[in-house]
Formats: sequence, C-alpha cells, structure tokens
Amino acid sequence: MSIRSGEIHAILGENGAGKSTLMKIIYGVIKPDTGQIIWQNKELAIKGPAHARQLGIGMVFQHFSLFESLTVAENIALSLPEENFPSLSELSKKIIAISQQYGMELDPDRHIYSLSVGEQQRVEIVRCLLQNISLLILDEPTSVLTPVEVDNLFKILRLLASQGCSILFISHKLSEVQALCDNATILRAGKITGTCEPKNTTTENIARMMVADDSAISHSYPRAQGKAIVLQVERLNYQASAAFAIPLTDISFEVRAGEIFGIAGVAGNGQAELLKLLTGEFIDHSDAIIYKGKRLGCLPPSERRRQGIATVPEERLGRSAVPGMTLAENNLLTGYTKGLSNRGWLNWQTIRRHTDEILQSCKVKSSGSQAQARSLSGGNLQKFIIGREISQQPDLLICSHPTWGVDIGAANLIRDELIALRDAGKAILVISEDIDELYQMCDRLCAICHGHLSPVGNTDDISINLLGQWMTGEFNAIEAVTELADSHA
Amino acid sequence: MLRLEARRHDSTLMALVSPLIATALTLVAGSILFSLLGHSPGRALYTFFIAPLSDLYGWTELGVKVAPLMLCAAGLNMCYQAKVWNIGAEGQLVIGALAGGYVGLMFPDTQTHWMLVPVLGFGILGGMAWAGLAAWLKTRFNTNEILTTIMMNYIALYGLLYAVHGPLKDPNGYNFPESAQFSEFVTLPVLFPDYRINISILFGLFALAASWIVLNRTLPGFQMRVLGQDQSAAAFAGFNQNRIVWSVMLVSGGLAGLAGICEVAGSIGQLVPQISPGYGYTAIIVVFLGRMSPIGIFFASILLGITYLGGEMVQMNFNLPKSITGLFQGMLLFFLLASDILIHYRILPANRASRVHS
Repeated sequence: MSIRSGEIHAILGENGAGKSTLMKIIYGVIKPDTGQIIWQNKELAIKGPAHARQLGIGMVFQHFSLFESLTVAENIALSLPEENFPSLSELSKKIIAISQQYGMELDPDRHIYSLSVGEQQRVEIVRCLLQNISLLILDEPTSVLTPVEVDNLFKILRLLASQGCSILFISHKLSEVQALCDNATILRAGKITGTCEPKNTTTENIARMMVADDSAISHSYPRAQGKAIVLQVERLNYQASAAFAIPLTDISFEVRAGEIFGIAGVAGNGQAELLKLLTGEFIDHSDAIIYKGKRLGCLPPSERRRQGIATVPEERLGRSAVPGMTLAENNLLTGYTKGLSNRGWLNWQTIRRHTDEILQSCKVKSSGSQAQARSLSGGNLQKFIIGREISQQPDLLICSHPTWGVDIGAANLIRDELIALRDAGKAILVISEDIDELYQMCDRLCAICHGHLSPVGNTDDISINLLGQWMTGEFNAIEAVTELADSHA
Repeated sequence: MLRLEARRHDSTLMALVSPLIATALTLVAGSILFSLLGHSPGRALYTFFIAPLSDLYGWTELGVKVAPLMLCAAGLNMCYQAKVWNIGAEGQLVIGALAGGYVGLMFPDTQTHWMLVPVLGFGILGGMAWAGLAAWLKTRFNTNEILTTIMMNYIALYGLLYAVHGPLKDPNGYNFPESAQFSEFVTLPVLFPDYRINISILFGLFALAASWIVLNRTLPGFQMRVLGQDQSAAAFAGFNQNRIVWSVMLVSGGLAGLAGICEVAGSIGQLVPQISPGYGYTAIIVVFLGRMSPIGIFFASILLGITYLGGEMVQMNFNLPKSITGLFQGMLLFFLLASDILIHYRILPANRASRVHS
C-alpha cells in the first residue's frame, strides 16, 4: 500500500484483522520480518517510535498515554526532545498557537483528569503536530467520542490534510470512513483484501471485503412494543463513594417485557455505577429500583439473579469471566444461582454438559468446555457469556456494550440472540456507546450524561443529532430539534 | 548471553517441574555448603535425606513431623486459594495447644478417653479464635492480614511462655517452665506400640482429602478459587467476600489449632515453651512447593518433614547446628520462587530475534 501526501487514507478491517499491527510497524513499535518501508523516496528501517517521530511520523493510540495528574503542557513537554522546548511557558504559547491554528480549543494549564475524552485526544494530536509531522496515524480515534466531537475531529483532520499532512485513519465504522477518507485499504486476517475510494463505493461492497463469509452484513429488525413493566427505576440517586465514581441524580426509566430499552452515552458518565446498582453490587440507598412490582432494596446479587435478573457487564475478562478458569467453571460463575449447584455440591459432568450445550447453540469456537476463558477470542467469549446468561432464562437481561470489540459475524449473532429473547417476551436493557447498534436493536432510547438521564423516546422518533445532543447533556434540546424537523418537513 | 521472554501461555509442565528443579538446586547448594563446612557432601546429604528413613523408627518419626505440616498446610491452602495471606498458622497452632492443653490440665482425674473430645475441640476453637481475630480485623478495618497474623504469632508465643512460666507451671516440676504431664486419658492413642506416631497423621490425611473435596467439588470451594483469581468477577457473581475470608481463616485456624493440640496431647505430652519447630511457617513452604493442590501438598509435607529429621541427624553425626533445617527449608523456598519464573517466561539466547520489540 502507499499513501500520498495530503491524503486521508483509511485502514479498514474487523477486530483482529491486523490493522493495529500494521500501524505499529509503520510507527516502529514492531519490526517487520520481511518487506520494505519507503519513506519520502528512501527505503529505511524504522528503529523505534522515537526514530519514527524524528522522521515526521506521529501516532495517536486508541488508549491515550497521558498522565492524569499533570497539566496539558507538562504532558506534551514529557514527550518532546529536549531541544524543542526552552521552557514551559514558551511551550504553552506554542500549544495555544497550534491549537488555534487548527481550531482546537486547548488550555495548556489544565490538568488532564479535568478534560473530556475528546479534549484528551486533542492533547495527543497537538503533541504530534508540535513535531512537524508529515504523517499522522490515528488508531480508532472516534470510538471514544460523541457525534459532535467526531465532527470537530474530522474538521481538524481535513484542515491538516489540506496543508499536506498525510493521515492514516484506522476504523471499522464504515460511515465515518465514507465521510472522511479519500482512499481505503481493507485488511482481513493479516492480508490486504482490497482497496477502494470509499465515497464512490457502497457500504455493502466495503463490508463484503471486510468479512470473509457471505453472511448478511447487517440485519434490520422490526421494532417491538413493550408490554408490562418489568423494571422500574424511580428517581434513583447515588452518592459516589470511590474517588473516580460518578454520582447519579434522579434517574428514572422503565423497561417493559418484550422490548429492548437502550441507554446511550460516552463511557464514564455513570453507566458503570448504574449497572452495579441494578445488579446489587452497589447498595442503592435511595431504594428506587422496582423489579416486577417489588422494591429490590439491598437484595444481594445472587438473590437478584435467582429472581431472573441476568447481567452481561462490559469487561469480558476479569468480570464476566475469570481468565484462568475453564468455560465450565465460568458457566458456574453465574449459573450457580440457577440449578448448576446442588445444595452447594458440584457435579462437573452436568456442568460440562450444560456448558457444551451453550457452546453449541451460540456457535462458540473453542476447544470445548475445558478451554480457558482467556484462550477464546473476544467475540467468541462474548457469545459464550451472552449464551450463559440467556440459558438461565432471565426475565430481565442487562447488557453493557454487548458487541464492543466484537467482529461483525459475532456481533450479528449476539444481536439475533437478543432480539429472539425480546420476541420471547423478556425485557432487555442495553447500555452502549455504539449508536449504530442502539438504533439497530432498541425499541426505545435515551442517553446518560454526567449521571443524569435524558428524556426517553421511541427510537424511530429520535434523530441521531438529538441523541448526540442528549449524550453531551443538552436534554432540553428535544423541542429545538423536533421544531427543526418540522420546519424541514 | 541469555534473556527472558514472556510466554504466551503459562506452562503447566513448568508448574510441575519447578519444584523438582528447586529440589535439585537445593541439593547442589547443600553439597557446596557441606563441603565448605569441611564435610563430604555425599555423606552429609545421605545423612540428611536418606539415613533418617533407613528404619521403621525413622518412618514413624517422619509421620510425627508430617502430621502437623499436613494439618496446617491443608488450611493454609484454602486461604491462599482465596488469596487471603494467612501467615499465622504458627500462632494459631500455639493457641490451639494452649487452649486444648488448658482443658486437659483442668481435669487431671478423668478416667475416660472421651475427655479427648473437649480437649481437641478446645484446641480447634482456640486456633479458630486466634485466626478469627485476624479475619475480624481484615473484614472490619481492612487491615492487611499478612501483618496482623505475623504479629499475632508473637503474641501467641509470649502467651504460651507466660502460661508455662506462670499459671500452668507444674507445681511439682522443680520450677521448670513446663506444665504437668497430661494424664493417659488426654493423650492421643498411638498407631503402633513403642513408637510415637499417633492418630494425628490420620487427621492430617483426612484434612487433606476433605480440603480436596471442598475445593473441587463444592460451591464454597469454587467461590474461594474465584475470589483468589479475580476479585471483580467474584463481586459480579455475587460471592460474599467477607464470608469467604471468614470461612477460610476459621478453617485454617481450626486445623492449625488441631495440629497444636495434637502435638502437646500426642508426642510431647505436656505444655512446654517450644511446642513447634516452626511447623506453621514450614507449612507455607509446603503449600507452595505442593503447587497449592492437596495431592502436591501430601508429597511436599513429606519432603519438608525429612528436613526436620535430617537436621537432627546431621546435628548428631556432624556436630552441626540444628538451624541447618531452617537453612535447607529456606533454600528450597528461595529456589522454588526463582524457578517459578519459568512458568511465565522462557529463557532464550540473547541474540535470537524476539517476536516483539518495543
């Protein structure tokens, strides 16, 4: 593959296709076994990230490398070679100049922990720009941003490109690639499977190059109408006790039987706390959670499970599953409440058989019920975890980011399972950052921001713009947008 | 020259081979040590490891040493499975001996072997109470159990010293710091006449077997293992962490207490200032050498039991200090911890290319 100057080039592929590996090779983190990299007409071996930066290659990783307790300027100073900054105040001026030039507001004296994720990303970008780079690599930069922040990022990237800086944009979100990129290279299982001009190629064709099998790329599901209320949350309040926990204020919503209820929001806005209050890991002092007409109070997690509340948390390894334990043991982890243990005695034969059934029905690729959880790929492990929870025949299933970091095939299967559960008349609550997914599956939607919940509406009545505004905390935006929609109509 | 590279998967083979490597390295280091002290390493090692087991007496004495090791290690293993780092088996053993011994001494005139039941019972309760104190501090105040249990070992030891120098001293004992001898009715039955080995070895084997069943065939044992491997998964699954901490501490305290009362009501026969040659500490080595599995612990306690006998043998035959036992036990743990790095890493020549440079 080759990249021209001033080009915005997308690297597309499923999880595990080799996108990040390829970028790490270009940035000098990993050495290639064979092959050549030609940089500005010279073949060279990139010795490491420092060397890459010297050459003018900058990279913004998916997970930022910033020190929370230091200021913006201090963080940037740490990564610069000494001769590039005479003093912090000098550097601050430079930061302000650059950030204004590209329309990125950034206060060099603020501490990282006080910045939003989007602002932290700007710090990373400014850090690269300060070194006069001619190639900027961005590894899934939009996965942590709200729609508005994504728009801003795209503006910045377009400006950069117009000044001659090449950009490598790694993503698996096709719509973004089509909106932003001039060219795209598609990877599958470590090989280039195609190139295209995204603006002139249909989503289906690009997706076809990304996934191997000819399975339907994206399903659309009919919406459903919820029936009886299963879970009701009435003015839930939660005072954060841990240092970085988010307090929740006056959260009210209900989830009905036979519907999927979605809560959108950028991670770290109180979703984790809400989830733990629902599962009973945190004690809800406001006693605001009503399940099947009864207040749950401080009922422990095991009792809530027995009453039919199943949960799929966000972290697959290290919460949903114990990495070093077998799938059979991980099945028992939550299955003990639903008949997998006989008065405290364990019959491993039964547990293994039950586990094999889950592996089969959810098409989990593994070496069997004795495989360690950590040996499974993310998608397969998630299929197993969802299968485990559904096998317990819950009346309410709570899922957090059910298809996060999962390849398209597995994601489709997981969504099918959830829809089937919905159509069987069960209540499902989905908490996610993935807006496409929420629009695809949910019957009703709302958003969470800073521990506050937005108004709730039917998915088909909520525009992406409105949801985006809700996600950034503008809850009264509802009228404005509907009026806008009306005037358009 | 050589360098370490992280393995993709932990090596199960190395987890089993590592204790053997450690034992071999201990033997090598031991022979260097003996030759530096001016003894033929071959003869010294023979005296240390083989000679003690050359007759029936040696084997029965091994049983005497192994019983408390098994009891303590069976309990500690449960704690360590849950990553509750109870270092206090020694103190729990001493308090068990003191509590059970006290009950035995209060009724010198009993004429029935049933008296053993309350004596052993109070031994167990004593150990449980001592461990329970640490469990309470941990669950209530979030104290570090490593520190509290170590400190409580010393408190227990001084409690015993106070007892044998004061209230429990034998009035007819010529002012020696010892209690009166237990009556034959509060002495554990021996397995063979004329040998010291008694039924405590059966308790030890039973404890090991029971701990295997609990850990592998019951939900509470499963919960202990989950808590040890992944705290947030345990919280997600709704396992009550405090209850698990209490259970493993009480069980291991009870077993250590039983080991203590079996020592004094068995091979010693009275309360003396030194009840245990560090069984509670050695049991920690036993658990790790035995790979935290009851079967491995069975073999490891035999090996560590031999170091006690061997230490006594070389003391007698070579005039070396008894601390040679501690030296060998220490070397074994040291080499074991060092060899365990091979479970997670492998050794490669430095010039071989690695997969990932960073």
